[in-house]
Amino acid sequence: MSNVFMGMPTLPVFGMGNLHIEEPFPAAAHRELGNTQMRANLRHATHTIRDKRLKVVAELPDWEELRDAGSATKNHVMANLPALLEEFEKNFTARGGTIHWARDAHEANKIVADLIREQGTTEVVKVKSMATQEIGLNEYLEERGISAFETDLAELIVQLGHDKPSHILVPAIHKNRTEVRDIFLKEMPNVDPDLTDEPRKLAMAARAHLRRKFLSAKVAVSGANFALADSGTLAVVESEGNGRMCLTLPETLITVMGIEKLLPGKEDLEVFMQLLPRSSTGERMNPYTSLWTGVTEGDGPQNVHLILLDNGRTAALADKYGRTALNCIRCSACMNVCPVYERTGGHAYGSTYPGPIGAILSPLLTGIKSEENSSLPYASSLCGACYDACPVKINIPEILVHLRGEDVDSKRGAKKLPSQMDLMMKGASWAFSSGKHLALLEKGLPLGKLAAGRDKKIKALPGIAAGWTQSRDMLAPPTQSFRDWWKKDHTPVAPTHKQEN
Amino acid sequence: MSAKEEILARITSALHDAPVPAPIPREYRKGSDMPRAELIELLVDRLEDYKAHVDVVEQEELPATIAERLRDAASYVVPHGIDEAWLADAALANDGRRRIDAPGAVLSVTDLDETGAVLTSSAVSIAESGTIVLDGTPSQGRRAISLVPDHHVCVVPVSSIVRLLPEALPRMDISRPLTWISGPSATSDIELERVEGVHGPRRLDVIIVKGL
Ligand code: SF4
Repeated sequence: MSNVFMGMPTLPVFGMGNLHIEEPFPAAAHRELGNTQMRANLRHATHTIRDKRLKVVAELPDWEELRDAGSATKNHVMANLPALLEEFEKNFTARGGTIHWARDAHEANKIVADLIREQGTTEVVKVKSMATQEIGLNEYLEERGISAFETDLAELIVQLGHDKPSHILVPAIHKNRTEVRDIFLKEMPNVDPDLTDEPRKLAMAARAHLRRKFLSAKVAVSGANFALADSGTLAVVESEGNGRMCLTLPETLITVMGIEKLLPGKEDLEVFMQLLPRSSTGERMNPYTSLWTGVTEGDGPQNVHLILLDNGRTAALADKYGRTALNCIRCSACMNVCPVYERTGGHAYGSTYPGPIGAILSPLLTGIKSEENSSLPYASSLCGACYDACPVKINIPEILVHLRGEDVDSKRGAKKLPSQMDLMMKGASWAFSSGKHLALLEKGLPLGKLAAGRDKKIKALPGIAAGWTQSRDMLAPPTQSFRDWWKKDHTPVAPTHKQEN
Repeated sequence: MSAKEEILARITSALHDAPVPAPIPREYRKGSDMPRAELIELLVDRLEDYKAHVDVVEQEELPATIAERLRDAASYVVPHGIDEAWLADAALANDGRRRIDAPGAVLSVTDLDETGAVLTSSAVSIAESGTIVLDGTPSQGRRAISLVPDHHVCVVPVSSIVRLLPEALPRMDISRPLTWISGPSATSDIELERVEGVHGPRRLDVIIVKGL
């Protein structure tokens, strides 16, 4: 098949599933800010991982060179995606695997459900995967009488707790050990009633709970971290061995993967397998990485499927300022350094992807016009820490600003403006167009002083600025403007020493 | 139009601006000349950091070391291609504990679950990250045997150790099922406290063999 234009409409087709948030970020963040337990857990977690990461990154003298290579490789992949996908399909298929293509979440879910039904089973084991979370696979299967067991410890905690993940690497990080024990006692069949909250005991309870499932499962579902085009190889990176169990023991393996996960070839693993574990868990290498190429006789699943998922990725690719968001390797480094994420937690971002990457990726996949997602690009202080941390150098702040612009434009187009934002912008251009205007505005400064309480902080601002003060206090402006102060304290004096020059 | 055709058409139209990315710079370290003794030291340091137990032995000491590491196992599995000489220690002779996994005579998952330990060789090891790669060749066996038993004894020939990942990849046959192991199974999902051993082997013993 050629990759030339085939008469398709050129409008981007956006993604669906767990990408749309239900509540605008400012409202969700406001509520989550009240959860002090979660904030404390999160702060501890993000800071610990962050410190570990800095330590192992500092060990590599060529870290920046690896980042440069990683970033350029991903740009190369995106620019050559059709050819690489074709190459991958050819090689994976030649090795006995089967490829399916899914335009959106619904189509992907249906393919998975049909494949499971073909095996005559109603139970599957699952490896933690962002893609299946994004398409809402577990819920879809549940509705059709198929139970999907999450096997990653954190995912299991979230699943048993009827909760939602709050971090892409450590999804249950908002729960402390006592909360985990309570969930296990309540939801895990045959659990020891004397279970303590010691992490080792809890991990062993999970081991016992899942062991029988692993050993008897006929079908497993996984995601993939990387796919190598030139060999048709898939890779899964994990720690606990639950991934290996799922990828090795069942007869049927179904993998769901976004089309952006490709790498040209084996050589690229040398870059990405150095960048990913260090950025992610702050380890030199994760305990287990599994690589498989289609079917290997006598080793592992003999019925191997891969679903290549679009679900809005092509829409993100069509945004030439935002497309580098697809370079993301889901390491989670950006959320661990983000001051906004640290305070609001992952739930506030509403969709599968939290933190700085979520703030750009979700609206790119769904379109900025998706009503609630349009608030996500504002969920940032633009401090730039995420950009510095990102192993593939995604310029998140730049994309955030671009998406804010898109949002404003789209609302203006929809005649929702002049909004406060527009008025503020107009006001700003009026103020800065003339020194007199600015001076006039500054006369209003002492009012700010009044709005602030005794602690010299303004706790609530009206209008669009309310979004800002909902999650932070703002220092009150000074009582007098710089201009006023200058005028008072700097009565012009004759430049006496000028002649000496 | 099939889903594939439609997705490829969407991509083509998304790339309407025909981006030409910059060439991929590969300025990172590709090779090293670390002396063998230092390579061993580095690998040992990394593996111990992951809480693996490491022995560094001469070739003649290998059978006795293997016997020692397998001493507590009620039973153990070996892949069919394991070097017979490695199992030559008297403590392992006529060993009722030994199970051999071979093509055509594979152990069931239940058999493996009841087996205490596994002994395998390895294909290549990366000192800088403390990573051992198994590639499913006859001395390493299919993936399940090094996964289900709770204790993995893994032999690492010194000649298979390199310093950097870019040096290791050319030594891997990518079309084989590969398992990269860096320490025993571990989780940090509860309050980030590391717990060794969840679903994979909870104990990893590595025997680095000089002269091999
Ligand atoms: S955007 Fe960068 S830092 Fe954030 S998860 Fe993706 S790869 Fe990691």
